[in-house]
Amino acid sequence: MVALTIPSIGRRAENTSPPSAVAEVMAGCSRRLIDQSLTARYSDWIAEALDEIQGCFLITDPGVAGHPIVFASHGFLAMSGYSREEVLGRNGRMFQGPATNRRSVLEIREAIREERTLQISLLNYRKDGTPHWILFHLFPVFGVDDGRVAHFVAVQVPIPRRSRSLSEARCGGARGRLFGACRNEVRSDCDLGCNLAADLFVDVDNRGLEAEESREASEQEKERASDAANSILSALTQYSKLTGRVVSSQRSRLAGISPLSSSLILSLGRIKQSFVLTDPQLPDMPIVYASDEFLSLTGYSRHEILGHNYEFLNGPDTEVEVLHQIRQSIQVECACTVRLLNYRKDGSLFWNLLHVSPVRNASGKVAFYVNVQIDENAKSDGLGLSPHMRQLGVVGAVKVAVRSLSLCAGPSRPSS
Amino acid sequence: MLSIKRVPTVLSNYQEENAGEPLGCGRSCLGKCCLPASKLPVYAFKNDPRPKASSVGTDELPPDFFLNTLLLGQWEDRMNRGLFRYDVTACETKVIPGDHGFIAQLNEGRHLKKRPTEFRVDRVLQAFDPAKFNFTKVGQEEVLFRFEAAGGDEAHLFESDGNEGTKSPSVVAINVSPIEYGHVLLIPRVLDSLPQRIDQESFLLALRMASEAGSPYFRLGYNSLGAFATINHLHFQAYYLSVPFPVEKAPTAKIPTNQGRSKSGVTVSRLLNYPVRGLVYEGGKHLKDLADMVANSCIWLQSNNIPFNVLISDSGRRVFLFPQCYAEKQALGEVGQELLDTQVNPAVWEISGHMVLKRKKDYEEASEDYAWRLLAEVSLSEERFHEVKTYIFEAIGLVEPEEEMIHEEEEKGTPSNSSDPMHAPQFPEGCLILQ
Repeated sequence: MVALTIPSIGRRAENTSPPSAVAEVMAGCSRRLIDQSLTARYSDWIAEALDEIQGCFLITDPGVAGHPIVFASHGFLAMSGYSREEVLGRNGRMFQGPATNRRSVLEIREAIREERTLQISLLNYRKDGTPHWILFHLFPVFGVDDGRVAHFVAVQVPIPRRSRSLSEARCGGARGRLFGACRNEVRSDCDLGCNLAADLFVDVDNRGLEAEESREASEQEKERASDAANSILSALTQYSKLTGRVVSSQRSRLAGISPLSSSLILSLGRIKQSFVLTDPQLPDMPIVYASDEFLSLTGYSRHEILGHNYEFLNGPDTEVEVLHQIRQSIQVECACTVRLLNYRKDGSLFWNLLHVSPVRNASGKVAFYVNVQIDENAKSDGLGLSPHMRQLGVVGAVKVAVRSLSLCAGPSRPSS
Repeated sequence: MLSIKRVPTVLSNYQEENAGEPLGCGRSCLGKCCLPASKLPVYAFKNDPRPKASSVGTDELPPDFFLNTLLLGQWEDRMNRGLFRYDVTACETKVIPGDHGFIAQLNEGRHLKKRPTEFRVDRVLQAFDPAKFNFTKVGQEEVLFRFEAAGGDEAHLFESDGNEGTKSPSVVAINVSPIEYGHVLLIPRVLDSLPQRIDQESFLLALRMASEAGSPYFRLGYNSLGAFATINHLHFQAYYLSVPFPVEKAPTAKIPTNQGRSKSGVTVSRLLNYPVRGLVYEGGKHLKDLADMVANSCIWLQSNNIPFNVLISDSGRRVFLFPQCYAEKQALGEVGQELLDTQVNPAVWEISGHMVLKRKKDYEEASEDYAWRLLAEVSLSEERFHEVKTYIFEAIGLVEPEEEMIHEEEEKGTPSNSSDPMHAPQFPEGCLILQ
């Protein structure tokens, strides 16, 4: 194992952009990402088309760090009491609260990770803090070109409180008892009770809501959810043809490079440091992931570097022995830490403290290499951490994310 | 400033038979001789137990700092320094097909040496014996950081100068034979040489660590003596695995009590459709409420010589408690040879659904049926579980309504008695209505 000690870092007057400007640019970038998330794929008319669809729903983008909401329907905003500005860019867990069933949260998280449809009853909270039950119907929309999840759609149908006697029949009585033909009985009872057409959005009586363990959705509500889902999917599919970046409800089987799963991208997106993943199984070991910080450090854009070998950072003044050292470590599947002169896109130089480490997946074999860069000149983050420690943090976070890859849970429960 | 030191590789391997005497005290161990003067980094967590999503100030530690940068990063550092007996990420692992998603790992290197059984396995409470192996004998290079409460409102990291002179330090150390990436040990108040037994303060510390890590995939676990703890020095284990454990997915049913939610806001449920009977604690206005409820339950169990395991899950929001009886059954010769041959000792991780298998054959043939059968042996019987649950409730001040007694007899569909381990109840999804 090759582990070099880090030489003491001298401050040099190299070209670096001041950190605050970078932060501003990043904030502006994320707002743009939210705004463009839909229009880039579905054209500028998609918002209008979605506004015409009845119902409460959200659209999220798992390709953006933090998996933010990129669209909220009028119906949803009315139901939840939030304004559009308060919701866009936030993560969906903002609507969860203290009495939200933790297992349900787990199921949603797993459905996102496994990129599949889920329908589940959920206790959500409005802006004013009041809880309400909804039928939560989540489904992924895949890009046909790259097979990745382009967006997740979350349709929400309020589940009103049924009349007292019916809830007793279902929720009262022995705990843990399992009913045989219960489902059919409940369904017919519910249809009788579900003429609560008036004011389905407002559940006036919140008392005891949080004490309810669950609230079953009726067939009517499930139908409403499916109908809305179909309308949304139809709109998205249709409009995606305008840009050519077509979507589908099913992932197409692609030959060649299998894309990184959206859950991996989500995990990697949380790591706010400069790093790339390269794939040693593919010819020329291309970059398959690059963090935003890497792009700002080097000046390249994502599409310029994905699929390319990492060596474009090297140039005439980069020490050949150091490159040799890196290659040797990779040969024996070991980690190494080196310091080398690298080139940005604009030709400027920087001393790169580079740490390279193999990353294995569940099979135990090396699936990727992670390369973590630190610009020697960059202002320290003031936390009193050595750069190397920060690099290792990236490696650790990447390793745990990749370890679960191919640890496919399989269809553990059929979603209804 | 944390720096990298060149250290000799693997000095202490606490699974060895002959832990040996420390070589005087230039050894830089965790005993009273060395630890107070050490320069270990201290992670001081803030008092507010439920950190909100705050705006990031310039000096505030980023949200993933504790787990990623500090814990996993330092763990990776120890890997690079060769302190682990093997690379756990090179061990093949898979989810066993089926409804429950048991996780199996093939790890031939973990059990190369026999686990020393340095104490009786039929007593849950035993006095600390300084002559036997304990964590004060571990080298400081195996410690990642100290984990203690700060005075203030913000978490921060600093290098100890040995002069705090306050409470006994608690440390997070690596497990040199890891089950998964990031496998560490939380050793509360290491200098106090506490035996393996739960107390309120230590349990709260464990919950705080789960909460601080902030990831549902980073869990903590505890094994009592008699439930496959191997070292009689108070410690919790923790590691990271980004899939749900089967036990976390299992349905639960809240156990109704006369007070509705208890005064503290903690609810207790029981596990359904899972081979090991257990209680699930969640809620609570403050983390301490949850910690105390669980700790008091454990204290009752250990005072009554019932071995148990505890899983802290969902970033400290859900805690599973499993009273068990496997060791006793094993000693009485009641466990089938086939299960014994796989040499899986069902401790907290196994019970939660993560099994480490030593033989390739077992790994390749691992089935949900095998996992279920093994774990069903661990569980208390329905009668015994009901009895224990009633005592626990009494101990923690919860009262169940009277009619519970009648319904217990009517329960036929719930997890079967251990006398019939083959029967794994599988009810069609559509017919399961949970209260």
